[in-house]
Amino acid sequence: MTAIAERRRSRRAVAVGGRQRPRRRGYLLGALCVAICTVMVLPLVVSVLASVKPTAEAAASPPTYLPHGLSLDSYERLWTYQQGLPTYLFNSLGTALLTIAFTLLLTVPAGYALARFPIPAKEVVFVFLLLALIVPYQALLTPMFLMFAEIGLTNTLVGLAILHTAIQLPLSLYVLRNSFSAVPRELEEAAITDGASSWKVLLRICIPSAKPAIVTVALFAFIMSWNEFLGALVLMSRGSSFTLPLILAAARTETSLGGTDWGMLQAGITISVIPCVLFYLLLQRYYVSGLMSGAVK
Amino acid sequence: MYWTRRSRLTGIAYLAPAVLFVLAFTAYPLARMVWMSFHSWSLITPPSWVGVGNYRRAFADDQFWVSFVFTLKYTAIITPILIVGGYLLALLCSSPSPLRRVTRTLVFVPVVIGLGVSSLLWYWLFSTDFGLVNRALLDLGVISKPVLWLGVDADLSNLAITTSVVWKVIGFGMILFVGAIQAIPTEIHEASLVDGAGYRQRVTRVILPLTLRTVLVVTLVSVIGSLLAFDQFYIMTAGQPQNETATSVFYVYLNSFPYLRLGYGAALSMILALTILVFTVVQLLLTRRSHA
Repeated sequence: MTAIAERRRSRRAVAVGGRQRPRRRGYLLGALCVAICTVMVLPLVVSVLASVKPTAEAAASPPTYLPHGLSLDSYERLWTYQQGLPTYLFNSLGTALLTIAFTLLLTVPAGYALARFPIPAKEVVFVFLLLALIVPYQALLTPMFLMFAEIGLTNTLVGLAILHTAIQLPLSLYVLRNSFSAVPRELEEAAITDGASSWKVLLRICIPSAKPAIVTVALFAFIMSWNEFLGALVLMSRGSSFTLPLILAAARTETSLGGTDWGMLQAGITISVIPCVLFYLLLQRYYVSGLMSGAVK
Repeated sequence: MYWTRRSRLTGIAYLAPAVLFVLAFTAYPLARMVWMSFHSWSLITPPSWVGVGNYRRAFADDQFWVSFVFTLKYTAIITPILIVGGYLLALLCSSPSPLRRVTRTLVFVPVVIGLGVSSLLWYWLFSTDFGLVNRALLDLGVISKPVLWLGVDADLSNLAITTSVVWKVIGFGMILFVGAIQAIPTEIHEASLVDGAGYRQRVTRVILPLTLRTVLVVTLVSVIGSLLAFDQFYIMTAGQPQNETATSVFYVYLNSFPYLRLGYGAALSMILALTILVFTVVQLLLTRRSHA
């Protein structure tokens, strides 16, 4: 299973004098991998396929495995469902981009300060900033909702982005602080001797050196905000401010036709999944390193 | 040159926005939740002090216990599947062959999609008349008529939801276990080979002990996540039948929003937050030690 196992197998094969058994085991493990891949990908594949079934077939019971015809009807219905897909895409994307902006604007300077400046009671401040790690946001939604209602932030993208930033802040700060700490001090000291201000050092030296960490933080903020459900459910009560997951959850039970419009639901799922999978495949390295530093270290 | 009085002020200035943000949007809501939990408040009437009345009410509330026990049961079922399954996948996928690497990537794909969206996907797959699960089971002859998976029987619902969540998050543990297994120095592997250890022995005597801390941390992260489960139940069963599949977070949500029992909802949130806190503290202690 590991490289070592490979070596051991070949060694045993030499000792036994035949290669038959280890090779067969290799094939079996290979087949197991293929089976696992199939199980993992199948639900997504059948969903995408169901999204391109013609209207009548998408509503058929029992359902067909593979589409017998191809059509974009489901996408057309989604495009005009309730307030229309563009509204929900705009809300989801707007919230996600604001979350990225807020998160970086708050945690880049804070991470830099924690990594490089003499702050009184630094450890205490750091632990305080990680407060959201200790108190799950699910427990804070009621007071958050009341507070946002008082200052007019319910049903606004800024309000939802603030909630998402609060959720994402500890991980981002942690990743950025560690990454700024790892920037070689010599680089900065040379710049300071040349008369650069701390702000210039941050912009010209620290941020470029910590680019991978910044990409990781932005990626996690995007994925979390794009997918987050409960907070959006609580804060966004008006149909026109729904995000993509909210309108799809609403569409699972009620449509103009009476029953669930399964084809349209699959079209919506496909559209929600695309950016997440795309960013993951493109930025896999950042994703895994972020998980490692966030969850384990 | 950093260590001057002026630089101290500069540092505070860089830190201030984040501190103010956490004060306003995490610490203040937390304080307000504590305050609310000692009051009776329905939004229409002004809040009135009831001391620990809300907490006493929670402990006497049957539905609170039903939700709490259901959440624990869900956690107790799904956690071992995620950890053991994730670890076996990691053992399979930690070698550098291309096929193993592809497997690792694909097992992780569902982790990046939303839990809400994956729940909708499985809501369709498990739907009685339109779902492919029933279709496939009928075609294979496993069942003779369509099964009502969701919202009718609590155990069947739990089974269907557990299946969907295992699919969704098993890659999370796997990827962290792969990282831990790959971090084992090759000398240790070679030493155990020289000693003539078989594969099973190496797993139980070398790999598992050396990755134990990661296993514990991932277990805690999973337990905390499961105790906070909401999306999958809200979407797939809406708590049905008779709120038997309403989780703790679901019950907090029901009380706070549709029912507008704000004080009571806050007390339920406090109980939930304190339960989670126990696990979080253990997790933080474990991760802190891993720095050394």
